[in-house]
Amino acid sequence: MALLQISEPGMSTAPHQHRLAVGIDLGTTNSLVATVRSGLSVVLDDEAGHSLLPSVVRYHADCRVDVGYAALSAQNLDPHNTIVSVKRFMGRGLTDIEDVASLPYRFVDAPGMVQLKTVAGVKSPVEVSAEILKVLRQRAEAAMGGELLGAVITVPAYFDDAQRQATKDAAQLAGLNVLRLLNEPTAAAIAYGLDNASEGVYAVYDLGGGTFDISILKLSKGVFEVLSTNGDSALGGDDFDQRVFCWMLEQGRFSPLSAGDARLLLTKARDAKEALTEHTEVRVTAVLSTGEMMDATLTQAEFNAMTASLVSKTLAPTRKALRDAGLTASEVKGVVMVGGSTRTPCVRQAVADFFKQTPLTNLDPDKVVALGAAMQADVLAGNRAGDDWLLLDVIPLSLGLETMGGLTEKVIPRNTTIPTARAQDFTTFKDGQTAMSVHVLQGERELASDCRSLARFELRGIPPMVAGAARIRVTFQVDADGLLSVSAREQSSGVEASVQVKPSYGLGDEEITRMLKDAFTHAKDDMYARALNEQIVDAQGLIAATRAAMAEDSALLNETETAAIETGIAALEKLMAGPDHLAIKRGIEALNAATTEFAQRRMDRNVRRAMAGQKLETFG
Amino acid sequence: MKGEVERHALRLTPNASPVMDFTQTHFELFGLPQSYALDRNQLDAAYRELQNTVHPDRFASQPEAEQRVAMQWATQVNEAYQTLRHPVNRGVYLLKLQGIDALDANNTKMAPAFLMQQMEWREAVEDARSGKSVDALDALSDELHAAHRRIEAQLAELIDTAHDYAGASEAVRQLRFMDKLIAEVGDVYEELES
Repeated sequence: MALLQISEPGMSTAPHQHRLAVGIDLGTTNSLVATVRSGLSVVLDDEAGHSLLPSVVRYHADCRVDVGYAALSAQNLDPHNTIVSVKRFMGRGLTDIEDVASLPYRFVDAPGMVQLKTVAGVKSPVEVSAEILKVLRQRAEAAMGGELLGAVITVPAYFDDAQRQATKDAAQLAGLNVLRLLNEPTAAAIAYGLDNASEGVYAVYDLGGGTFDISILKLSKGVFEVLSTNGDSALGGDDFDQRVFCWMLEQGRFSPLSAGDARLLLTKARDAKEALTEHTEVRVTAVLSTGEMMDATLTQAEFNAMTASLVSKTLAPTRKALRDAGLTASEVKGVVMVGGSTRTPCVRQAVADFFKQTPLTNLDPDKVVALGAAMQADVLAGNRAGDDWLLLDVIPLSLGLETMGGLTEKVIPRNTTIPTARAQDFTTFKDGQTAMSVHVLQGERELASDCRSLARFELRGIPPMVAGAARIRVTFQVDADGLLSVSAREQSSGVEASVQVKPSYGLGDEEITRMLKDAFTHAKDDMYARALNEQIVDAQGLIAATRAAMAEDSALLNETETAAIETGIAALEKLMAGPDHLAIKRGIEALNAATTEFAQRRMDRNVRRAMAGQKLETFG
Repeated sequence: MKGEVERHALRLTPNASPVMDFTQTHFELFGLPQSYALDRNQLDAAYRELQNTVHPDRFASQPEAEQRVAMQWATQVNEAYQTLRHPVNRGVYLLKLQGIDALDANNTKMAPAFLMQQMEWREAVEDARSGKSVDALDALSDELHAAHRRIEAQLAELIDTAHDYAGASEAVRQLRFMDKLIAEVGDVYEELES
């Protein structure tokens, strides 16, 4: 990769400044934050020395919020207001959640995403997740002594657009600049150091608290190319707990449980499961608030039998992922185990049997995702020079549109490498039709009603024509975070409409603004000063980067163009001296627009240089 | 802001951008000869090199203009790579460069012998399904992949040497049939496994 030593735009701004960037594993059960220090990825602990932050949030009536162990210990006492495993509700409607009846929460069925009623008011899963992220951000800023440039936040590879968008919204709400949403198995692959040293095909089997992912990656010359991914975004350790919980109910024959007692038994179920990773049997005892008791022994064999169907549920997606990659199990060189649930012996055994090899377990399965995310954050922040690796990831589920008769027309198939864009042409089916509705879907099923609805929008103002004469091009763009935006344009008239796929499952900008206001009111922070400061920092960064690019590549601009950019910089500098953060934001946008063509020329030049080097390498 | 998004999305459609050189062919982009026969290692190496240069991860902490350009470029490089890598797409693309639409709905000409063979294979898929025989499916899968490779070799001959584009169009359509059959076999595997 020595040929890639063309000076990159990022390098020239401030070559020796280490930018503070972290990786965050926002898990179902536990969350972590990690960073790269002196070239090594490390998990950041809290003051008490805990590296894991239980993903539990408790709301108090006075709007105080406990996060982590303090909230965890209250879950039996205050189950309605103590939210555990909130990740399962991200980007999900009430009907998506299978075990609603057994959960102690007061759900509110809101359009798009379910919400939870607490003593502190109705909370969206995005807000609950943001509380967890805020604690991790504070932990990182305290440990690193400065404001963060940004964070890489991991998501299950099998998360759909709605779940990804919800995660990004939560980060924004927590005041984090998201450098990238990174798929958890891909993060684990980086942490396993499967870079330069290893070449070949690897499988990452990631069974977390509430999600299952399988990714097949090809490693070649510092490039991690995800060939395929599959999974189940509602399958994880929680389901194993649930099986033990059901067994406890059978054993105890209790009267209907209170929410607190149900929580207690679930906690006992998890303890029993964890004990069985090291012991062949475990004694399970519990005393309920009603005075009812249970005392029974659970053997590993019984546990394996009651969870066998869950384990085999992970193997079907594994087969699919292999098939999509065009590979067989024997072509896989190594299998990486990720997620706390892979400690369960029957899971390890099933994976070993399937791939006919002992899986790799030498890194802590709870920490490996955060460690990998931190390494990627370090790369994205531009802290490494020259020896970067490159990730090429895919979308997990096909993206499409609803067509006549309620059918799904796939526009971008699953396992397409991102970023990607595809256009599909449509036409009108009635004479004089002036509007067309666009319904964006994600999933593999043929019927639109069986796929996830991501967004609906209308293209209006199509000039009246006979049926079939209009040419409506619908363009899907998926960015490097795996997030979709869609635009539609009637070709002859130029009428157009577009959406960032947010409205139906993500949060609107207004809703985010409201939540930010709420958050800042409670934090007694000066929202305005903060917003102004953020814009000034952004503007400074943009001006510095633009100046550096101009110093380096003045040859790519003529005098008029140079003058235009200088004018943009001067205008922005003038705005920065004023008090209006929105004006600065507009100035940033204007300067960005003014430098777009320059950026394109620089990229053209970089591509030519890279390909010239490539030819030398190939033929030289 | 909204206008920005719209303009942005618009530029993504090929030939919409005045600056980026989308007039060059996918082969030119990767520095490869314009032929059906392909040095896969050379394609992969050129793809890695290009993505290393243009991928948005290289610009994550850069101004928005640079990030946007990176996304457009990386998108284009991915599209070009998928087109050249995939045997059907590469054939369709090469014929399109000759002004021929290989998948034209009005042109469905197909050799009778190939159609007969198709029907036999389809019956074999059905037999494996109803007989729940993974072994039969494995054997069939091998046979289909071998036939796929044979047609690819013919296609290289037709396009690169004989310049018989009508014949090549038919071969491309045959390959598409094969892909569909292979996908159906995949569905049956899935069915038998569950």
